[in-house]
Amino acid sequence: MIGREGPVRPGPSPIGQAMDVLRMEEITKRFGPVVANDRITLAVRAGTVHALLGENGAGKTSLMNILYGLYQPDDGRIWVRDQPVRIRSPRDAIRLGIGMIHQQFTLVPQLTVVENVVLGLRPRRPPFLDLAAAEDEITGISKTYGLDVNPRFRVMGLSVGMQQRVEILKALYRGADLLILDEPTSVLTPAETEALFEVINSLVADGKSVIFISHKLEEVLRISQAITVLRRGRIVATVPTTDTTPSDLARMMVGRDVVFRVLKTPAHAAGPALEVTDLRAASDQSYPAVKGVTFRLFRGEILGIAGVDGNGQAELAEAIAGLRPVSAGQVRLNGLEVTSWPPKARITAGLGFIPADRYRFGLVPDFTVAENLVMKTFAAPPYTRRGFLDRRTIAEHAESLVDQFDIRVHSVQQQARELSGGNQQKVILAREVSLTPTVIIAMQPTRGLDVGASEYILRELIAQRDRGAAVLYISTELEEVITISDRVAVMFAGELMGIIRPGDISHAELGLMMAGALRLKPAAGPA
Amino acid sequence: MTIRTAALRLLPVWAVLFALLLGMFFVLLAGVNPIEAYRDLLRGALADVFGFATTLVKTTPLLFAGLGVAVALRAGLINIGAEGQIYLGGLAAALVGLYVRGLPPLLHVPLAMLAAFVGGGAWALLPALLRLRRGVSEIITTLLMNYIGLYFVGALVSGPLKEPGAPYPFSPPLAPSAYLPTIIATTDAHAGILIALVLAVVTYIVLEHTPAGFQVRMVGANPSAAAYAGVNVGQTVIIAMVVSGGLAGLGGASEVMGLKHRLFDAFSPGYGYDAIVVAFLGAGQPLGVVATAFFFGALRSGANIMQRSQGVPVAVIFAIQGLAVLFLAASLAVRHRIFRWGGRSRQPVAASPAQAAGVSDPE
Amino acid sequence: MGGVLSERSGVLNIGLEGMMLTGALAGAMGSYFLGGPWMGALAALAVGAALGLVLAYLTVTLGANQIVTGVGINLFALGFTTFVERVAIRPAGIEAVPSFAQLAAPELRAIPLLGPLLANLTPLVLVAIVIAPILAVFLYRTPWGLALRATGEVPRAADTAGISVFLVRYMAVAAGGALAGVGGAFLSLGQLNLFSENMTAGRGFIALAAVILGKWNPVGALAAAFLFGAAEALQLFVQSYGLGVPYQIPTMLPYVLALAVLAGFVSRAIPPAAEGIPYQQEER
Repeated sequence: MIGREGPVRPGPSPIGQAMDVLRMEEITKRFGPVVANDRITLAVRAGTVHALLGENGAGKTSLMNILYGLYQPDDGRIWVRDQPVRIRSPRDAIRLGIGMIHQQFTLVPQLTVVENVVLGLRPRRPPFLDLAAAEDEITGISKTYGLDVNPRFRVMGLSVGMQQRVEILKALYRGADLLILDEPTSVLTPAETEALFEVINSLVADGKSVIFISHKLEEVLRISQAITVLRRGRIVATVPTTDTTPSDLARMMVGRDVVFRVLKTPAHAAGPALEVTDLRAASDQSYPAVKGVTFRLFRGEILGIAGVDGNGQAELAEAIAGLRPVSAGQVRLNGLEVTSWPPKARITAGLGFIPADRYRFGLVPDFTVAENLVMKTFAAPPYTRRGFLDRRTIAEHAESLVDQFDIRVHSVQQQARELSGGNQQKVILAREVSLTPTVIIAMQPTRGLDVGASEYILRELIAQRDRGAAVLYISTELEEVITISDRVAVMFAGELMGIIRPGDISHAELGLMMAGALRLKPAAGPA
Repeated sequence: MTIRTAALRLLPVWAVLFALLLGMFFVLLAGVNPIEAYRDLLRGALADVFGFATTLVKTTPLLFAGLGVAVALRAGLINIGAEGQIYLGGLAAALVGLYVRGLPPLLHVPLAMLAAFVGGGAWALLPALLRLRRGVSEIITTLLMNYIGLYFVGALVSGPLKEPGAPYPFSPPLAPSAYLPTIIATTDAHAGILIALVLAVVTYIVLEHTPAGFQVRMVGANPSAAAYAGVNVGQTVIIAMVVSGGLAGLGGASEVMGLKHRLFDAFSPGYGYDAIVVAFLGAGQPLGVVATAFFFGALRSGANIMQRSQGVPVAVIFAIQGLAVLFLAASLAVRHRIFRWGGRSRQPVAASPAQAAGVSDPE
Repeated sequence: MGGVLSERSGVLNIGLEGMMLTGALAGAMGSYFLGGPWMGALAALAVGAALGLVLAYLTVTLGANQIVTGVGINLFALGFTTFVERVAIRPAGIEAVPSFAQLAAPELRAIPLLGPLLANLTPLVLVAIVIAPILAVFLYRTPWGLALRATGEVPRAADTAGISVFLVRYMAVAAGGALAGVGGAFLSLGQLNLFSENMTAGRGFIALAAVILGKWNPVGALAAAFLFGAAEALQLFVQSYGLGVPYQIPTMLPYVLALAVLAGFVSRAIPPAAEGIPYQQEER
């Protein structure tokens, strides 16, 4: 049950720079009918940062899970430091010096850092845990690589960036010299990302190797020495970083020339559809998440809210939708004060909400597609007549929406859980939009979707804007927000750092705002 | 459908058969020929008029309580308190039967049943509130309420409600106008089963074909989405629990009004706990509950005959039932896993009955 | 304490009642047939552990619903033990089994105040009192305890740390069952000298409440159990002194107490996060 002996002192690799620390050949993995990895072959040079680039669903995480022993490949071979190996479990991987930092952290929030790091290891002084010695060790490693972690803290109270470092520490404590980082920057501010890059560089300087999984071109180009592009489970190419350009990479990732800007006609404005004044709300853990947000959203415009995940965007959206109690401030919808209204009333007043977590707020996975489409409207005619649900009308309504939005289903009586992510999102979109809301709050609507589905959603939102709706577009994908919005607000630590028009400031300044280092006066509204 | 799929779908049936098979082994240990014992079991339960009547009698409270637990289940709640609710329901019905006089049966019976519904429902209200306001798991609170209910009724029946001069605690007989009519002459079988069956159908219709049922199911399947859709989740939870308790309470009433015609101390031999199993194995579907309740009822009824004619202790049936439950739960879980393999399986946050019957996700 | 172990690993064990009951039977029979109360206790331990393994198999490996299986075990235990009692014990005319003697040493009696109290106890009670802090140390100061706690909160974390969630849960539930079994043996070997039908009478369920009251801490559970025991003693006291109150009222008290505590004080008690949820390993 408990793994190998305590920590191994990390040190420079005794082997020369020119060797491959890792070689994967013809790796294939299927999940039922889906081929997640199709004969993948790649090699990682020791002491380098090797990037794995691809969109969601390209197979990067599956491949790394195989490397880390969480999955078994259906076919293929793996060599670590020129030795053929079979990695049957994470323990094998750890023994081989492979460490993985997942997108979803595998920490136990209720335990302290040192407890988390030591979890699963045989103690130095059986049968008791020797936390003091482990703490010293951790502080040592921390200093060597600039990780700056206090071992005594409970993980629950640490910031996301800090938690990530604990994960890295865990791997290093176990003697990893090949570290796999899965989309590490998706939860970091630009400043934290810089810090992470520094850590990566110091790891590499020490002879360690890093596999950097990402879908962000800019970062990959900055930090890596070699890039492997995956698309739909297959290798497209492996190139040295110095030999390639962003558009090359984008084309490889997507298979066609990607238009970075979604074309939109200029906004038409009218009166404010949504007015939020000094809004304050707490998170689930009862600390303040929204700390005085003020903005106005007009009909016929898209206001984007950019910011790193976890700065209060979700709480803000929920507060406006009525799903989260507000501790101070006001929300006005089409002139009506709805601050204390329940969600249902706001919906009737013209609010639509596309939630970030579709499984939590957006859909009832066990219900059929048809039932999901009437989730908000089932209690009244025409879906309920004389006290009973009119199943036929519900089905007809569903059929028409499925047609209109091109949702791929076998039948509207299918369970919603069976649909692909993109189609599920379309169901949510269809349902919200079909009620012709005046204000639409879209939170991370393209999360987990492929390019095709994402584009569809974005175009639909723009169409709604053109129709005269007001769209609040909240997303952590900065590119997306800039592309689609007429105005952009940046949210950091529960406050809006500023509202600007996309062309007005540079990416760098935007990054500073996202990191809380810059605050601007808001732009009043569309010209 | 391939043979494999068909066999898999029938897995629960295999499970039950297997349990019965093991039961034979126990019977053998008791020194009795298992074939004869089982023959008597079956005959006792079904073939013979009295046996069938007994089966109906034993099925009735299981069905009421099972429906109650099933309704709670569909709302995402686990109501272990059916036993206590049965007692309170029985108490309420008895009170109406004892102290309300001069009503024709057509009024008296529904009144008593209404009282039972209210009694059982009220007993479920406290756990519902505790869950809503304090986040306390209804599993433990309803469990505790069982014992409190049992002893509360026991205290009353040993004291103020006791029939004067009775050798052990029971109440005076109810007014005849509060009796549930017998439906099979010269047997104990009473109208309770008919009422229960009607209620099962009503429950089905409400759950599947009314907006209220839709709402309950939504809350059970995904409370967050329901909240977003504008449903008052708290209210729905409370209503569902109260209805659940009420249905179970009706089970108590049917025992008191239909079978015993008096309120006895500890009159329920664990019907409330069996109802949990009945509801889960029926996957929270009212019609499934009917089938499972009937199965259990038949077993219990046949067991009596088996004991009388063959000398096999009734306890064997409990053991067999226990085994059946274990195997059934196992088979449902296995089947659930196998059928899940191909499709996208993302676990929803709240419990859904289909999952609860096999795999689970509580809170 | 058995409940604490099992629940801390993420498995809600409703079957404690059944495990206690079977333990009681095994204890009595073991004592009678194997020579003495300690052998009986051992038998109870083994049987409890065996039932625990069954529960573990069903819920951990197969992923069956923890509540339904727990109830199934209780049902089976009730039937099985009654059956054995009717079929094996009664015909054999066994009237009493060798039980634990009280610790009637004179030195013990001499201790002021507590002396007579201690002298009336049987060894199992001392075992229970001693085990609690040992379990606490185990849970909080050893790597296995750490692993156990992790599997109860975030099993995925434990899994990726190389801990076998299945193994941990199996052992926790088996250990829990073993402890429950011994608890049952206390009834048949410490209090009554015999096994009688359904002698646990719901104590296994009270144990579940004790786990919650004790906030999933072994020493806490011990204290809570003590509280429940005190309430039960009060009930007997009232009954034997015939205070004109129907005996059911004091019998109700422990449960009302538990409810009150749950509603009032323990609302902040947070159960292990992964409790009740079966763990699926190969996930997308």
